Amino acid sequence: MTGASLTIQSEPVIGLQIRALATRSVLRMIRSPATLVPTLVFPIFLLAVNVGGLDSATELPGFPTDSYLTFALAFTFIQSAIFSTMNAGQAVSQDIENGFFDRLVLTPMRPSALMVGQLTGLALLGVFQAFLYLTIGLVFGADFAAGPAGVAVLLLLVVIISLGFGGIGLIMALKTGSSEAVQGMFPLMFVLLFFSSMALPRDLIETTWFRTITDLNPVSYLIEALRSLMITGWDPPVLAAGFAIAIVLALITISIAAKLLAGRMDR
Amino acid sequence: MIKTTEAGPTRYLSAALGVAWRYLHNLYSRPSMFIPSLVFPLFFLAAFAGGLSVVGDAPSFDYYDFTAFQFCFILIQASTLAGVFAGFSIAGDFEMGMGRRIMLATRRRSSIVLGYGIGAASRLIVTWTIVTGVALAGGMQIAGGGFDLAGIYGIALLSNVAALLFSAGIALRFRSLSAGPLMQLPVFIILFLAPVYVPKELLTGWIEPVATVNPITALLNAARSLMAGEPTGVLTAYLVVFGLIALMGFWAIRGLRQAEQAG
Repeated sequence: MTGASLTIQSEPVIGLQIRALATRSVLRMIRSPATLVPTLVFPIFLLAVNVGGLDSATELPGFPTDSYLTFALAFTFIQSAIFSTMNAGQAVSQDIENGFFDRLVLTPMRPSALMVGQLTGLALLGVFQAFLYLTIGLVFGADFAAGPAGVAVLLLLVVIISLGFGGIGLIMALKTGSSEAVQGMFPLMFVLLFFSSMALPRDLIETTWFRTITDLNPVSYLIEALRSLMITGWDPPVLAAGFAIAIVLALITISIAAKLLAGRMDR
Repeated sequence: MIKTTEAGPTRYLSAALGVAWRYLHNLYSRPSMFIPSLVFPLFFLAAFAGGLSVVGDAPSFDYYDFTAFQFCFILIQASTLAGVFAGFSIAGDFEMGMGRRIMLATRRRSSIVLGYGIGAASRLIVTWTIVTGVALAGGMQIAGGGFDLAGIYGIALLSNVAALLFSAGIALRFRSLSAGPLMQLPVFIILFLAPVYVPKELLTGWIEPVATVNPITALLNAARSLMAGEPTGVLTAYLVVFGLIALMGFWAIRGLRQAEQAG
């Protein structure tokens, strides 16, 4: 009896904390349409504009598909992952600014629960967005060469990418404690996106300096891994590069964020 | 009596110039305000003209220079967004109480909107110089002559005025910076629903009919034709932009009346 109650009180506590904070993270997003709606709608808008405007690029010799929608769809997943940077950072910085974080520190809440709870919310949003964009893409005629198993791989990669970019948002929030500073990150994240192979395959980019930047930009490899599932099917080297970059990004950013969080809770 | 008549317009202009000077002073003394408005057009110019230059090689793309093609969009975009950023300043001034003080100090309050308009147009000199310089350094070819170029910058200037009046209308109604997305998003969306990457004839799907009725398309087409030295649709573009100014002017003045009533 005593052993059982001890188990109830100690072992699952961290699980309860994570669940409570993950639920809070998700509900907070749902209850904040001003944050959620642009996150969902803006990538679709840019997709629609790019597809309508750049469809003629498929006439270029060497373009890998005759459907620009199939080509551009991968960009939508990355864009939503980049938005998650802002969402995660914004949520934590607001917690710091409005004193919620300080109140949390006074409770027996573990830093790991706070981190995992926030990231779980992000991962769930990432999965929801991926399903939404994939459904929209398929309804409007995009191809998905890798088949159903490829969808599972795509979702896994999207979740890891969301965690990686979410980690960047957490770092900014925990380092500065200011939602304005997190907002200031937005143009930088957009630069990462636009200076990648999002609009054209790297081998078709004519301008040398731009091509060099896209070669160096890790976002290019993330986009290409997702894109390969839709256009090529299974391309192990491209997928391996994408997963490796996503995993390394997630590990680095979450480790740094965890360290900053522990430091902030010790204050 | 004569004195009053003479002093009226002078005082009106003096108030407008005071508002414009204050706006420009605030703008250029705070790098966090003016640097993003300079960096964004350059970033888009680099991303579009640099990254997408091969699109100009597509068989059906028949414009003479892709950088020049993109430059016309970037110039109109930068000018329009400069007008929107001035709307942010109006909202910010009202949020912190400065707007009410300016209204108390001015008899004919439309001079306030005129002042911000003069400020927003003046800041274009810096934006245009940098964007044009970077485009030329990036190898942009100008096929049109001096009058053609004046026509392009005229369209850009008038689109700045239209955007300023639109965002001023929102700023004066809400009198809070939280209305920022309401000023920025519609302008951003309408700009991107024009033929940004390729001529209108090459657009496919739903965006083609949308671009056809989008007023920005007329401005872009005219600017691109002037840049190429083969002006077409210039009169239409000017009629469209003056129409937008008239419409947005009415919107801004109604907003001003609401701000006056709010006290």
